[in-house]
Amino acid sequence: MIPTGSPHSQVPGSSPHSQARDGSRAAVGPRDGSRAGVGPSTGSESDTAHHRNPTPYSQGESSASATRITPGNALRPEDIALAAAAGTAKPSEGVAEYALRLGDDALILAQRLGHWISRGPELEEDVALGNIALDQLGHARSFLSYAGAAWGKTEDDLAYYRSESEFRSAHLFEQPNGDFAATIARQFIAASYQYPLYRELSGSSDPMLAAIAAKAVKEVDYHLDHSTQWVLRLGGGTEESRRRMIAGLENMWPYVGELFEDDPLAAHVGDAVVVPTSLKDEFDRATGAVLAQAELEVPAHPMATGGGRRGRHSEHLGYLLAEMQVLAREFPGASW
Amino acid sequence: MANEQQLQDAAGEANFATVIAKDSRIEPKDWMPGDYRHALVRQMSQHAHSEIIGMQPEVNWITRAPSLKRKAILMAKVQDEAGHGLYLYSATETLGTTRDTMTEQLLAGKARYSSIFNYPAVSWADMGAIGWMVDGAAITNQVPLCRASYGPYARAMVRICKEESFHQRQGFEILLELSHGTPAQKAMAQDAVNRWYAPSLMMFGPPDSDSPNSGKSMAWNIKRFSNDELRSRFVGMLAEQVKVLELDLPDPEVRFNEDAGKWEHGPLDWEEFKEVLAGRGPCNTQRMERRRAAHDDGAWVREAAAAYAAKQSAAHETAARKAA
Repeated sequence: MIPTGSPHSQVPGSSPHSQARDGSRAAVGPRDGSRAGVGPSTGSESDTAHHRNPTPYSQGESSASATRITPGNALRPEDIALAAAAGTAKPSEGVAEYALRLGDDALILAQRLGHWISRGPELEEDVALGNIALDQLGHARSFLSYAGAAWGKTEDDLAYYRSESEFRSAHLFEQPNGDFAATIARQFIAASYQYPLYRELSGSSDPMLAAIAAKAVKEVDYHLDHSTQWVLRLGGGTEESRRRMIAGLENMWPYVGELFEDDPLAAHVGDAVVVPTSLKDEFDRATGAVLAQAELEVPAHPMATGGGRRGRHSEHLGYLLAEMQVLAREFPGASW
Repeated sequence: MANEQQLQDAAGEANFATVIAKDSRIEPKDWMPGDYRHALVRQMSQHAHSEIIGMQPEVNWITRAPSLKRKAILMAKVQDEAGHGLYLYSATETLGTTRDTMTEQLLAGKARYSSIFNYPAVSWADMGAIGWMVDGAAITNQVPLCRASYGPYARAMVRICKEESFHQRQGFEILLELSHGTPAQKAMAQDAVNRWYAPSLMMFGPPDSDSPNSGKSMAWNIKRFSNDELRSRFVGMLAEQVKVLELDLPDPEVRFNEDAGKWEHGPLDWEEFKEVLAGRGPCNTQRMERRRAAHDDGAWVREAAAAYAAKQSAAHETAARKAA
């Protein structure tokens, strides 16, 4: 089942010790050449940014758990919820709206990926996709907890009691799983977007956004490696896998455009957030390099009209939310 | 030649007997009786299959988990189970049976998995009951296996038991939260406990009087306690913990027998057990179909990965030849 030298030996994120229980992860393994320009090795600017913007969370009192937060280390959604409740983490309206977008992207993606567990092409992929889903869910919980602090809402208030038009996810994340190649195509785009986004955001002037992003970028680095390896394998594997990989990319690529659209929010919030257009060149370069190595073309499809950031969603989101919210809404106010 | 083989076998057999007598460990390269190997492959692969099929009732609730924290914990738990399956398949491979073969046996319906997973998980409270009772029964069974005579199995069980005890605690916590919640939540918890009670007791296998494989396993230090001994121990744990939950066990005959010094329970429906074992449980067909579908749908992915790996190594060889 697993041929010698098979990809499974390289599948990242395959440790059954998931971050829900244990925030620490093994060090990032050596990276192949296809990722030049994407890895954290080129991210010295973010290190500098940390020095520029030392976060109070990294130097707070050691006695209170809500302030014992180090960027990139042991920042749990529960810590953020505590800080929100204590009033020490209160984002501005604009920062909250921005955190809501990133939180919704991650939440919807986690919900999609969670469906793969027990359905993967190989047990190793059940574990890997489950791990990625868990990471995304962790990021979602952090961003939503922080966003909610602006409005007196918890992560669950935001996840379970908003209607479709109140979600701010981009259409890419809402796309159905399709076959494994379609899921990989969506992952490849998502990680190629989130990686530079979180790397830059870890230098945010908002200390909490910076801390969440600093933790998330380490995990998304694995996701990018995972999807990159699979794009190469499926693109260069068999005739069938290549055909499916091309179809997956063509079906997902129209939703790339929306990810990099600017709107007034970024200009309004200033250096607390990352301006979407500023990430586009790196995304194009990095994805282009991987696709070239896989001898695949960047799909030439026209970009779809987005609108997720304004609450205008694809046809798919309603079904996803109906399933996700059904139980919580059946018992409003209940504790679980 | 044959004589030399016989001598080696005799030496191996003597060593095996000594290891068992000293309650020490057999390792993969040691000589072992064919029956011992066969019994281990049977038990360990069945255990691995149970982990894999056992993901399904829980996965059913990942997308509907009622809070994000519960969703994260459930995802992590199901993922652990995939990890346990992998770990156990690897441990079984040390006995010379490949994962491919074990998978074929499962998909062909030739290998068994724990019957409990042929019951449906119909409410959120089932996530609690499965954790508390099903994982609880599994732990009761598995803790003694950490001392099993086959080294790779015993070592696998040490790690698995650690994670299982976490699973059991989170299951208990789900039930505790429900039983102290609204009346509807408490009713949901009680209903789940009612449905999972008897099947979880039957996880220990048939009564000792009707357990054909137990004798040898005990003699070989694979199994340490009889089915009924473990079942009694488990009932005692449930009886104590259910009080904290403020729920009831659906068995008025559960009591501690002072004279015998052990917990007792009411009669179990072994006919139902045999029916489910024979493939006539509520979800047998569904579970197998789902596993087959995942395997079949993933065939092209595995083929692609193998083809890619082959091309890569061929390219490496060519490059190495040129360099040389």
